[in-house]
Order: sequence, then C-alpha cells, then structure tokens
Amino acid sequence: MRYIFFCIFSFTLWMLWSGQYALHHPLVLAMGVLSCGFVVYLVSRLDIVDEEGIQIHLARHLFLYIPWLLWAIIKANIDVAKRILSPKLPIAPRIVRVRGTQKTDLCRVIFANSITLTPGTVSLDLDGEDIVVHALTEEAADDVQSGDMDRRATAMER
Amino acid sequence: MIIIDILSWICLILGSILCIIGGLGLLRLPDFYSRLHGGGITDSLGAGLILIGLMFQSGLTMVTVKLAMILIVLFITSPTSTHALGKAALISGLKPVVTDEHID
Repeated sequence: MRYIFFCIFSFTLWMLWSGQYALHHPLVLAMGVLSCGFVVYLVSRLDIVDEEGIQIHLARHLFLYIPWLLWAIIKANIDVAKRILSPKLPIAPRIVRVRGTQKTDLCRVIFANSITLTPGTVSLDLDGEDIVVHALTEEAADDVQSGDMDRRATAMER
Repeated sequence: MIIIDILSWICLILGSILCIIGGLGLLRLPDFYSRLHGGGITDSLGAGLILIGLMFQSGLTMVTVKLAMILIVLFITSPTSTHALGKAALISGLKPVVTDEHID
C-alpha cells in the first residue's frame, strides 16, 4: 500500500517538473514511468519506506516553526558574517552538549538539522539523549543551550 | 514591475555578498570545524537569497515552483552534508581547536 502511494507521489512530482513537455512526446512519458518504477524498485531494495510514513499533523506545526527558524538563521548569519569580516576574528570555538528531548526520530532530525542550518553551530554527533554541538562563539553556544530551539522542535510531536 | 526588480536585485546582491563572506570565512577561520560555519553562511542565507531573487525575476510561473523546490531540498540536504563532514572528521580523530577547556 505504501509503495503504491509512493509510486503515485513520485509520478505526480515528475509530471509537475516535466509534464508540459512530456504530454506531447509519448517516448518521454514512457521514460518518466520507467524511471519512477526504477526509483520505487530501488527504494524497496533499500527498505527505507519506514513505519512512520508521512505525518500530516506535522505540517501544521511546521507552519509556525519555519518562520521562527528563518528568523534565527538570519540573526545567526549576520552575527557570523560580522565576526568573519572583523579584522580581529573574535571567535571562541567550543564543543558543547545539548539535551534533545524529542521522542520521535523525525523531530530529532529536524532539531539536529536546525542546529546545523543556523551558522555558528554544527551538530557533530548523537550520544544517547544528547547532541554534541560545535559552536563558533560563546553566544552561539549559550543560544543553543538555552533550550529554546529544543522546546520548539519537541512541541511539533504533539 | 520596477519594485519587483528592485526587490529581486536586493536579494541577489545580498545573497552574493553573503556567499563571498562565506568563502572568506573558509579562508580566514583557523581549523576544520570552524570552517564548517563559513560554509554554513553560503549554504543557508547565501543560496537562499539568490534563489528568492531569481523567484522574483521569474514571476508566477512553473519556474518559481521549481526554484522553491530547490530551496526546500537545499535546506534539508545542506545541513545533512555539513553534519556528515563534521562527523567523519570527528570519527577519524581530528581534534577541534577549543578556547574553553572546562567543558567535557
């Protein structure tokens, strides 16, 4: 059942990208069908269609989370850009541990990816509940350790 | 029309400047791990602003939808690849340069 859904989904995407052209060329259309079938075959061999599936309820939370994340990214970008441009290079790199309170894998991935996406912090490793983070400055380390991003990522599970 | 053009050029130029700053960061920052942050600037806001500027140029067409998809895919894959680089360096035993000794 999941594979049928995946098949329809990937073919819809393919039609969206190259549909206008393919409708007049049966050969191109056939190639699209073939490539979609091949991708589904590869995915079934890799066995990566997991039990979680697609979580519709997440979309509602992402609607609030993404604007906040974008604002965080903009602030962090300006800060790191200023530090790179200043002649004294005022950085203080350090390794810190951040507690990730997410239960599901998907929300953990979102949290770790958000940490990496904001310049100034890069998630390096998962260690049980903790995420090992390399921070460029003390402020960036304090920011990620304050747990604000963690709370917002965990809030998406409900 | 002229307003959209101005917005588009502001985004394109800001994005390009951020890409250059990211490249400068790659050169100036001291060690491997801190250089990842320089790449982070280019990845996130640099590429994002350039794509948004291009979206303003193409207007409400299919091209804009495709550019938006590129933006979404980029925002998922670029931190993943940065993490893969950092983790590979950590596993192979590269020690990060740190200024604070008391943590961990």
